[in-house]
Amino acid sequence: MADGTMTGRRPMRHAGRVATHVVLIIGAIVMVGPFVWQLLTSLKAFSETTRVPPTFLPDRWEWSNYLQVFDLLPLGDMFRNTVLMTAGRTLAQLAFCSLAAYAFARLRFRGNNLLFGLFLSVLMVPSQLFLIPQYVIVQDLGWVNTLPGLIVPGMFSAFGTFLLRQFFLALPRDMEEAARLDGANPLQVFWHVALPLARPGLLALTILTALWSWNDFMYPLVVTTDPAKMPLSAGLGTLQGEHFTDYSILMAGSALATAPMVVAFILLQRHFIQGIAFTGSKG
Amino acid sequence: MIAPTTIGLAIFYLWPIAQMFYYSFTESGPFGGQTWIGAENYRALLAEPSVFQSVLNTLVYTVIQLAGIPLAVLFATLLNQRGLRGRSVYRALYFLPVVTMPVAVAMLWRWMYNGDYGLVNYLLSLIGLRGTHWASDPAVALYAVAAIGIWMSLGYNLVIFLAGLQGIPAEYYEAAAIDGSGAVRTFARITVPLLSPSIFFATVLTVINSLQMFDLAYMMMSTPGSAAGSGNPALPRVRTISYLFYQKAFVEHDLGFGAAIAFVLLGFILVMTLIQFRLQKRWVHYG
Repeated sequence: MADGTMTGRRPMRHAGRVATHVVLIIGAIVMVGPFVWQLLTSLKAFSETTRVPPTFLPDRWEWSNYLQVFDLLPLGDMFRNTVLMTAGRTLAQLAFCSLAAYAFARLRFRGNNLLFGLFLSVLMVPSQLFLIPQYVIVQDLGWVNTLPGLIVPGMFSAFGTFLLRQFFLALPRDMEEAARLDGANPLQVFWHVALPLARPGLLALTILTALWSWNDFMYPLVVTTDPAKMPLSAGLGTLQGEHFTDYSILMAGSALATAPMVVAFILLQRHFIQGIAFTGSKG
Repeated sequence: MIAPTTIGLAIFYLWPIAQMFYYSFTESGPFGGQTWIGAENYRALLAEPSVFQSVLNTLVYTVIQLAGIPLAVLFATLLNQRGLRGRSVYRALYFLPVVTMPVAVAMLWRWMYNGDYGLVNYLLSLIGLRGTHWASDPAVALYAVAAIGIWMSLGYNLVIFLAGLQGIPAEYYEAAAIDGSGAVRTFARITVPLLSPSIFFATVLTVINSLQMFDLAYMMMSTPGSAAGSGNPALPRVRTISYLFYQKAFVEHDLGFGAAIAFVLLGFILVMTLIQFRLQKRWVHYG
């Protein structure tokens, strides 16, 4: 632990500590306050949301707002689409990226540097550059408004390959050498030795891919037009665009859409933060 | 072992770049199909005021996002103090906006920003100020969106900086304390230089992400019953490059023009990143 600002004597130190907490608490209110307001609004009647000055707690707790969102939107379908899209992309990336990453980290093959360079170039290019051709491919395959359309292009990732390659490169080689001397082929070494050791990397990739898939917006907006086939992000976009401005309902919908990731974050907090910090130090 | 990823990336990522380059020199026929028109899209791009305005909007947004970095350094330094109680609770609270869906966050802020019933204007009225319709006032809407952007990414940068701060050996601070260095001086002479690789990384990422900003602008501009926010008077002043790309390619179905805009975006990202890598030699210290 480094100590950057507290170098004064005791009373000053105490005053400094109090000031620190005051600043941090104000910051925390700014960061979390909007979410509290979202939840409170989602439980008010429409007429109450348009009252000036606003009420803090709802006069009457309208839990039915959360049921009403389901009437306005095929929210159940959207939840299913989002879960399947997120799971499909994440599982596929774990499998495909770890295989490719291990090959790049450990195996010498013809053209590996050229190929890795091409992978890296994909990392540099903004997603907008792939979007039109991806849309054309999805359309040609008849995958508009389907789960494969939502999932398949997201199954492959240059970022994931790069991230896991860094993990494999950092592993000590002796265990793999030993396994190879015992007659294991590269796939067996990968599966039995390297992959278990790279678990922190796999976890980081899982969290990052799941988060990005759950929240992905522009791509689903392009490849789905039927609300029942949309994931939550695109679905909420159309809810706000096409329907009225009943903010209690809109807040109920947005709270429901974010809840799963927030719960996952609370449960796996340390891993979320480590995953993010890891991309920071290795990026 | 590399076959699945290589084939997937080739089909969905590498080949599309080549295809996009081709598209940017074509126009869409009325019955589908692309016709070669040379550099016409790029010429039209230079002549269209909305392109210039969206580039300007994007750059303004990006510059404002950079202000979030010193803010995150400040909070990371506060959080990193030895023996601070509740560090992990604060960190989790600040990180919360990072894991929430940007679309939902934008809806939430749109409600906070509501001109008649929004919380922001109510709080302003308590201190005697009159707010505006933040999402549709052309003079302020871009800044209102940029404020959300900073709020959303603060936790991310904070975590990057906390990891960086924890890598600074305590001896440096002890030595500074023995030399009688004050807090500000220690911060400027030790913390910032030793944190500079993390600051550099966060700056590069912030620029790349801000240049591509879409979700927040789209959600802030969307208006009932009109495609892609065309009913919002603030749209021309908020529309980013990425938003214009989406509008041209997928609302107006002008794939060629959309492709040309995407290359403008790529150009900005490459140039800005290159400049930052050039400048890093002057201020980034690698230990």
